[in-house]
Amino acid sequence: MSEQDDRHSDVDDIASEHAPDRFDGEFPIRIHGLTNAFGDVKIHDQLDLDVKRGEILGVVGGSGTGKSVLMRSIIGLQVPTEGQIEVFGQNITEAEPDEVIGVRNRWGVLFQGGALFSTLSVGENVQVPLKQFYPELSQKLLDEIASYKTVLTGLPEEAASKFPSELSGGMRKRAGLARALALDPELLFLDEPTAGLDPIGGAKFDELLRELTDTLGLTVFLITHDLDTLYAICDRVAVLADKKVIAVGTIPELLENDHPWIQEYFNGPRARAATATHERGKALDKPDGQGA
Amino acid sequence: MREWAQYSVDEKGGRATVVVTGPLLVSSIGKIEPDLRAYRDSVQTIDISGAHPIDTVGAWVIHRFAEETGADIVGASEQADVLLEAVEGASSDATISPPRAHSFGDISEKVGIKVIEFFIGVRDMIGFMGAVLMGFGSLLLHPRRFRMKALVRQMELVGVQSLPIIGLMSFLIGIVIAQQGAVQLQQFGAETLTVNLVGRITLRELGVLMTAIMVAGRSGSAFAAQLGTMKLTEEIDAMRTIGVSPMEALIIPRILAAVLLMPLLGFYASVVAIVGGAVIGDVMLGIPFWTFLARVQEVVPVYDFWVGMVKAPMFGLIVAMAGCYQGMQVKGNAEEVGLRTTAAVVQAIFMVIVLDAFFAVFFTEIGWA
Repeated sequence: MSEQDDRHSDVDDIASEHAPDRFDGEFPIRIHGLTNAFGDVKIHDQLDLDVKRGEILGVVGGSGTGKSVLMRSIIGLQVPTEGQIEVFGQNITEAEPDEVIGVRNRWGVLFQGGALFSTLSVGENVQVPLKQFYPELSQKLLDEIASYKTVLTGLPEEAASKFPSELSGGMRKRAGLARALALDPELLFLDEPTAGLDPIGGAKFDELLRELTDTLGLTVFLITHDLDTLYAICDRVAVLADKKVIAVGTIPELLENDHPWIQEYFNGPRARAATATHERGKALDKPDGQGA
Repeated sequence: MREWAQYSVDEKGGRATVVVTGPLLVSSIGKIEPDLRAYRDSVQTIDISGAHPIDTVGAWVIHRFAEETGADIVGASEQADVLLEAVEGASSDATISPPRAHSFGDISEKVGIKVIEFFIGVRDMIGFMGAVLMGFGSLLLHPRRFRMKALVRQMELVGVQSLPIIGLMSFLIGIVIAQQGAVQLQQFGAETLTVNLVGRITLRELGVLMTAIMVAGRSGSAFAAQLGTMKLTEEIDAMRTIGVSPMEALIIPRILAAVLLMPLLGFYASVVAIVGGAVIGDVMLGIPFWTFLARVQEVVPVYDFWVGMVKAPMFGLIVAMAGCYQGMQVKGNAEEVGLRTTAAVVQAIFMVIVLDAFFAVFFTEIGWA
């Protein structure tokens, strides 16, 4: 772990010289032949996956199929045993630390438990990446950014000065999202963002995500178990099973796939309920059928 | 090089227009933002038709500028409109930094807080001792609940695994005492008394004391950090809800392990220190190694051994209690774990040394001099 931590240390000088260019290729993330193994246990075996620009890609799979490991590989926290991962056209697995910095300030990550810095308030958490990459920003502006980002993610204003330990689980998720969005990234990694949120909060989170994606042109890599989220906001869904991505596509496309796990997943009682809700919602407020 | 956002002022017929051009992004806004914030002249319109791309930070800066000057925003692209609306809806004047104590705050207040904290600490510590005693009591009534595996595991961690480091430390201490003692004693031709010096001081004092300090640093800190982290991750709460008492599962095995193993470690340390002294005796003073050891048996009274052995379990108790108590006090954040771990070690060593001074006087008074 320590060697990876080191890479973060001398970010500031280099980062201020390299403004991020917007990525305009088709696939911000390309994974080819990825193999991850812990000891003798292979988590991924020759896994391929491309994420399209501007889409919300939902990643599903049973527990232990390596969804989080896949995310950690892409963001460079897990060095893969084999394979290539390109982010914004740059090979992450072989790049020098200096080269990766130009990529780091263009993505935001929301970890499963929020992973907020426990000795800083929510607002200060949001400021950490900003201060790290853009030291020229004035403290006043930083404070303003932190406060509007906090509110933007649906937290009450008072939450900005609170410590993570004073927040509920759902609020911590939102605070984590606020920090992930701090740099207005092009690429957002979310690990089960709506798990543990109440359904109303979850739906609002989905809505917020969709809105941000559309306005900011975000590309979102979204690990989730929440079928409502999948139906409501994901453009495509990638299914992880048998150490590979066994299928990628829209939900109707996946429904036609006869892999037993996919069938069970999308035709189980919960999935049917989610479909029903979604259909109803579409019929009510989006007569054009171009569901969210 | 980075491209920065720029602005120019255009005045026509008494109407001032601020024209903002370039990318309005978090990475490019840093240079013009202070200027816009300090801008005092009257502005009627803000033209952002040349500003592209834009993100929420850019939108926020424009929004705030417009609000402060009362100007209208023109030329916003569709995307900019959406973002401006979004940041407007999210604007707030929330405070970001929680109230934190100043480093040079009111001294009298700080002293007062420290004093109160001290007494609360004493009270809680006594409470904790009571809880531990109750735990022992209930274990005596229900011996089947006793966690033998946990005890053995802790005994391995506290005792067996510390043997190499305690051995090395004691050996070197024995060498230092013998060598330094010999230099002084030689001045009046009493270098054979080095045997008495090394034998008595290690068995009575240093063996147990240095071991207690080492155990405080190795195991007391580990206890505090382990229990503290378990509190943060709610593991201890989880244990309680399952019906497992953290006292029985975590604290009592640790305390017992320390109490049981301190005498053994202390004795081991004394013996290794004497061996160290004997090595120096052989090399420096010409006292053969085995003669040195045989001489120790003659000059060291057996109560010196008991002095050490009576103190050792007490020291073990103090070290383990301080570690467990501080660990269980952790709440809130990761910083607290560090603070509590430090407190556990400092408290343990301090109390061990204070108690050792009392014992020294006590044993001399009862004639075990």
